[in-house]
Amino acid sequence: MPRPKLRPAVVVSNLLAWSVAAVWLLPFIGLFMTSTRPFEEVVIRGWWSPWGNYTIRNYIEVLANPQYDLAGGFRNSLIVAIPSTLAPLLVAAMAAYAFARFSFVMRNLLFVLILVVMAIPQQTMVIPLFFLLKDLGLLDKLLGVILIHSSWGIAWIAFFMRNYFTMLPSEVEEAARVDGASYPTIFLRIVLPMSIPALAAAAAIQFTWVWADFFFALIFLYSPENMVITQKVVAIKGQYQIDWGLLSAGSILAMIPPILLYAALQKYYLRGMVGWATGKG
Amino acid sequence: MKSRLRENLRAYGFLAPALLLLGVFVVYPIVGTIIISLETQSGLGLGNYLEVLSEKSPSKALVIPGNLGGPPPWGALVHNMVWILVHVPLTTFLGLMLAYMLIHVYGRSLVKSIVFLSMIIPMVVGGLIIRFIFDSQVGVIPRIFDTLGVESLARTWTAYPETSLASLILGSVWLWLGFSLTIHSAAVDSVPRSLIEAARIDGASEWQIFRRVIAPAVWPATLTVMVMTLLWDLKIFDIVYAATQGGPGGSSTVLAYVMWLYFARALDYGRAAATAVILTILTLAAASYMIRRSLRG
Repeated sequence: MPRPKLRPAVVVSNLLAWSVAAVWLLPFIGLFMTSTRPFEEVVIRGWWSPWGNYTIRNYIEVLANPQYDLAGGFRNSLIVAIPSTLAPLLVAAMAAYAFARFSFVMRNLLFVLILVVMAIPQQTMVIPLFFLLKDLGLLDKLLGVILIHSSWGIAWIAFFMRNYFTMLPSEVEEAARVDGASYPTIFLRIVLPMSIPALAAAAAIQFTWVWADFFFALIFLYSPENMVITQKVVAIKGQYQIDWGLLSAGSILAMIPPILLYAALQKYYLRGMVGWATGKG
Repeated sequence: MKSRLRENLRAYGFLAPALLLLGVFVVYPIVGTIIISLETQSGLGLGNYLEVLSEKSPSKALVIPGNLGGPPPWGALVHNMVWILVHVPLTTFLGLMLAYMLIHVYGRSLVKSIVFLSMIIPMVVGGLIIRFIFDSQVGVIPRIFDTLGVESLARTWTAYPETSLASLILGSVWLWLGFSLTIHSAAVDSVPRSLIEAARIDGASEWQIFRRVIAPAVWPATLTVMVMTLLWDLKIFDIVYAATQGGPGGSSTVLAYVMWLYFARALDYGRAAATAVILTILTLAAASYMIRRSLRG
């Protein structure tokens, strides 16, 4: 574009867009500033005042005080989120491969099922699941929640991976067929390695969602030692008085893993988001 | 014949683990919920549905609570609808405008990353942040209205029935704009720049280019954003739980929250299931567009 700097539209666009960015960033800055200062000072001066004392006491308190025990919540969330990302990734990729490469009975029906499951709210599943987990002895156990997250994640990942596999050229696979490779071998040795970008995108989003989940945890985990981080953070907010110093420190801790993941895998992340919404891997 | 059977076996071999997990932990519970919702003391029927729809207590009412004219004038279903009517157009339009403006912006990927940040954080944290920015002690927004001398808005928004729902809806624009921007931005990027340049050479204003070139070209993306935002608004739960607990006095309840109240507080599984099914029907009606499009594509 020839000398775009001079047009007023460019100036206005820059001003507006950066104002939006500033407003959108402000709550994060406020949260961070509140978490690093003694709460009495924040109340008196406002978090936007940079003067005064800085402290990491809020962080130590929420992590180590057994009343809050965010360290335990953090550990439980990792124990839940890692298998709940890896297991559905493999299982859904297998199913997606079947949808992309084979024709079989009830293919369309099963595909509709996957699309319907993607739209169904969590609230529609929890009542029978509560009693099922109870019967299986998995209520208030991390394994129960892992099984539910893994199954729930299969639908959208299968949808996403199917679209990706459909766009992969099948010549390599056919050549391997001619050489006598079995379908499981082709899937594991050829298809999965070619799909690493899509798998990374799906993994980033699935991890973020499981980490962020609150509703399933609220229903199925109730002992303090089994609660995940989202439950622990909400619990910091007492009944009447809110200590924003502690609550902001807890909130910051709860968003660190997804933000790190986003920073590391940004490209895949956005791709996964677009793919989830539009079906274009 | 034989080779078709073999292809079927092969396909179902790949599908088996997924079907097993989906069957036990997703499909069975969905069917179970529908059955529970229909169970009444006098056999199968719609009793639970009629009861939840005519419920009058402010915290659980879906349509209109009993104390007509009292502080919370409407039920959860109405709150969801208000949420949709405000949030969907606002987020969609803002995201589209911003995506177009970003063409000219220096550091555009940084702007996108910042706006997207609120999409990544857990939604309960999002709810706490909404509580935070509207808090009279530490929040920015009450402080601004305090300076302006508007006393009715210089207090904790989430703690008053007049403002609780509004604070959640405004906060959800902050939470969800990143989605609208990301989807629209991907679509705007695929509009050929030559098209925009040609319109500009023909003397079209920026607004005309936006209206006549960009908006029609990205319409499929806009439709996706609207449907997904609508689905998100229907299923909203976490931020309500974290910011207002549906209160005060039921002024910010939503369908999913009422379902949870029936299930976890009242231990009334029939009504909880009926509320969940009502939510599901609305969700599927909204999603049917996406489902049909995915089947074609």
